[in-house]
Amino acid sequence: MPVDARALALQRPRSLKAALAMLATAPALTPIAGCTDVMVGLHFGTSDQRQFIDLWPLDELRGITLDKPEGLSPRLRIGALTTYTEIIASPIIRKRVPRLVAAAREVGGAQIQNRGTLGGNIANASPAGDTLPVLAAADARIVLRSAGGERRVSFSEFYTGYRTSVRQPDELITAIEIPAIEGRQWWRKVGTRRAQAISKVMMAGVRGPQVRIALGSVGPVVVLATGAAKVLAHGGSVADAQAALAREITPIDDVRSAGEYRQQVAANLLAQFWKETE
Amino acid sequence: MNLIINGKRRRLDVPPMARLLDVLRESCGLTGTKEGCGEGECGACTVLVDGVAVDSCLVPVAQVEGCRIVTIEGAAAAKKNATALQNAFVEHGGAQCGICTPGMIMSACTLKAGCSRDEIKTALAGNLCRCTGYISIFQSVEAGLPPSPRLRRTGKSRLCKTKKGSRARRR
Repeated sequence: MPVDARALALQRPRSLKAALAMLATAPALTPIAGCTDVMVGLHFGTSDQRQFIDLWPLDELRGITLDKPEGLSPRLRIGALTTYTEIIASPIIRKRVPRLVAAAREVGGAQIQNRGTLGGNIANASPAGDTLPVLAAADARIVLRSAGGERRVSFSEFYTGYRTSVRQPDELITAIEIPAIEGRQWWRKVGTRRAQAISKVMMAGVRGPQVRIALGSVGPVVVLATGAAKVLAHGGSVADAQAALAREITPIDDVRSAGEYRQQVAANLLAQFWKETE
Repeated sequence: MNLIINGKRRRLDVPPMARLLDVLRESCGLTGTKEGCGEGECGACTVLVDGVAVDSCLVPVAQVEGCRIVTIEGAAAAKKNATALQNAFVEHGGAQCGICTPGMIMSACTLKAGCSRDEIKTALAGNLCRCTGYISIFQSVEAGLPPSPRLRRTGKSRLCKTKKGSRARRR
């Protein structure tokens, strides 16, 4: 049953500062942006959230820039409210993280890409979030801000379990920072069709001085497959890496796929990644 | 709540988290916008917000306060290419049961003249049809969009099927 809209409250702060002040006093507020997940939960009655805070008008949370901190290599900073459409159109992201563009192109269709945001994909915390394996493989950092200050969390330390993260109720995701990526980038989503499909399995990989491999839809959180990556980085065989990968992922049977299928496809994707990035 | 729907200002007393879809259909009587899935999968409820295609089932009305909203009822007045697209859907069999058609037309309205079949497919990827399949819909959109200005000048017919092909042809 849809939740009656009259039972829902919405705060509409005019600035990030005002939003953080509201969250400091009322941490039960659920932040909303493009609403492509939130509205589904409300319509199908699966969401128990009733009080919301609207971030959509906060332009401070938009923008894609190349930051050049002194003494460090340049890093890409993507505002949390950046939509998939903006990611696809961004020359800087295309150049530095082309696989993020590829992932954004396969999120829903144009209507979802016009509204869904990168910060929302992270905050929604689904293990099937399309951009998440790319961010994990890219060693991204998530910038969190509260009224008390700002902190940065490595992507691999952000999620604590199924749909849970280290984000505190009074914190907002304000941006995502991606360091310069050395090596070839790879990404693939396996789903029922190219558009409007939630993935059965996803894999993102970086093959350079370091090997990083991340998978989606194969466990309660996005999995950074450090064991499989280590085998490949040290010149081990693909078969050994696949065996290591099988121990790192815990795919389940659900409406979209079967655990056994996901195990097999994950192994196949690993082989494909390694072959195509030679 | 103040909305600009199909060029008209409307003052509505609706909850801020109401779905734009419900506000259009129930508070404004604009029932041309259809509800298919209610979860952003089918695109039947597509409308334009400040010229951008969105699923109105996923938009809380508060987020479009003051924005220009165009529904299928106002498409012909707001978008230059809409009438030709609507006629093409009739002529080329792009509409059958009709539930997906308003959403298809709204998505197609965002396309520019002379775009390729691939660009049409991408723009319509968020719109599902369960009657015609997609070929007649893509043909309708191709027939309804004006040819690209450059090709029109040279008098060549518009035959570009792929992005690569269209580039080669223009050269």
